[in-house]
Amino acid sequence: MSDQLIPDPSAPLTPSGNLRRRQLVSRAAELTATAAAIAAIAVLAIVIWTVASRGVKTIDLDFVFTGYPTGVGPMLLGTIVISVVATLIAMPIGVLIALFLTEYAGAKGVRTMKLILDLLNGLPSIVLGVFVFALLVNHKHQSAFAGSVALAIIELPLIARGSQEVLLLVPKGLREASDALGVARWRSVLTVILPTALGGIVTATVLAVARAAGETAPLILASSVFDPKKFSVNPFEALPNVPVWIYKLSEEGNPEGFNEAWGMSLLLVSFILFASLGARALLARSKRKLSS
Amino acid sequence: MTQAVPSRLRIRPGDPAATTAAAPTTAYPQHPELVFDARGVSIFYGPKQALAGVNLGIQRGQITALIGPSGCGKTTFLRSLNRMNDSVPGFHIEGSVLYHGHELYGGNVDQVEVRRRIGMVFQKPNPFPKSIYDNVAWAPRNLGLRRGLDERVEQALRGAALWDEVKDRLKDSALGLSGGQQQRLCIARAIAIEPDVLLLDEPASALDPIATGAIEELMHSLKGRFTIVIVTHNMQQAARVADRTAFFSLEMGGEKPVGTLIEVGETERIFAEPRDPRTRDYVTGRFG
Repeated sequence: MSDQLIPDPSAPLTPSGNLRRRQLVSRAAELTATAAAIAAIAVLAIVIWTVASRGVKTIDLDFVFTGYPTGVGPMLLGTIVISVVATLIAMPIGVLIALFLTEYAGAKGVRTMKLILDLLNGLPSIVLGVFVFALLVNHKHQSAFAGSVALAIIELPLIARGSQEVLLLVPKGLREASDALGVARWRSVLTVILPTALGGIVTATVLAVARAAGETAPLILASSVFDPKKFSVNPFEALPNVPVWIYKLSEEGNPEGFNEAWGMSLLLVSFILFASLGARALLARSKRKLSS
Repeated sequence: MTQAVPSRLRIRPGDPAATTAAAPTTAYPQHPELVFDARGVSIFYGPKQALAGVNLGIQRGQITALIGPSGCGKTTFLRSLNRMNDSVPGFHIEGSVLYHGHELYGGNVDQVEVRRRIGMVFQKPNPFPKSIYDNVAWAPRNLGLRRGLDERVEQALRGAALWDEVKDRLKDSALGLSGGQQQRLCIARAIAIEPDVLLLDEPASALDPIATGAIEELMHSLKGRFTIVIVTHNMQQAARVADRTAFFSLEMGGEKPVGTLIEVGETERIFAEPRDPRTRDYVTGRFG
């Protein structure tokens, strides 16, 4: 009787046998998974709340636009310079890699290149920091440029994969159309395919910048000995920058410094949040445009 | 007539296969009226054979229609005439396609040069996301035909019977045009570089009857200036526009059905007195 597989067909359709127990297990699994998802949201919310509540009272115009000790203007300017130089290095290479993946590589080339980009994306930033330190700083001097090179390596796989995703959305019909007109492929790439995908490429780049702007480890090695009073845009000297300054202030044990660190953290987090959300909205828009 | 040499090998310059492929030029003197002369053309996609043993001549200045049921290989054949299939993975062609007596798949033939002379318009209108003017001017610009560009664009748009509708909004986006206008723009874009041949792959299948009528009228006006090959699944359209009609069908080649050319001739004859019973069944609507 107990190993009867099919119950009496005339019995009511309520759970029978071990179905009740299996339903309980299933319910527990669902609850645990949901709880984990909620925990992730909670972590983000708590971080943003903590940073915002402690940082907001420090931020005013002086804080943003003057130098040490009243403000952190030089650090903000330095971070902008370092990020811009990094992007100038990473964007052309990243877009070329994406073009290689979508226009030229065979299936095997695509697989290999994707794997390499994923590995590059997984490199610890401190390793990149030591790498640029050995290559560009050791026996020379610290420079924002060395930091930019490290950040460029962080941005590269993000730009390449993001651009590839958008280039794949460029309709096949456009490529066929330009092929059928007897125009060489690279000219189609320059004048049809890239302009069509431009919105998405810009978005991928913004996301990569948002990711790289807060990287601290490489900058501690490449651009940490600086004058916090001096506004400078020269990438060939060590430039004051936000992540390293946050790190220094938190090391010092000075309550004033803690407040400043919270203020800068809030500026950095807001930039990253707004850049990411804005870029994603733009990406969704250009994807809609391409697929319609 | 040539051996089964993968097309990838044949495209390479200096490949010994090229000489084999080019040999028929001397073996069979070219009819002066023929633009294309396909001899024993079989096409494969990987292990799958799409077309078997097609012998078909395309005459200069005429409109030739390729008709037949879905999957019969008519589009495959059309796309092999300007080597658009080359980029399809696993594509491989046997036999010989002569274009003005030159082996189209010969070793020193450049695909880009082929398509420069043999233009193509696709089933779905595919204008570039650019202005109307830039769509037509794009290919001439990229091919170095910059002199008299405005006149060239106007001529092409007039040739495609679109000029009067768009002359006041040449800077507007081409994507704002109707489907029929977009397709005529694609034809204007193709004729702007004055090709020798126009290949049309079901150019009206995505259009309403009025836009279809406009495209058919346009084909009549382009006849003589260009040699036109059109694929259509619409028999009335073939009857209306084509001088010659070729009927393709699926025949059992071994175990699997393979696209085959059944019959070719003057359009009127194909529709009025088809010689092959399979053609008769198709044109009278008994199948397909």
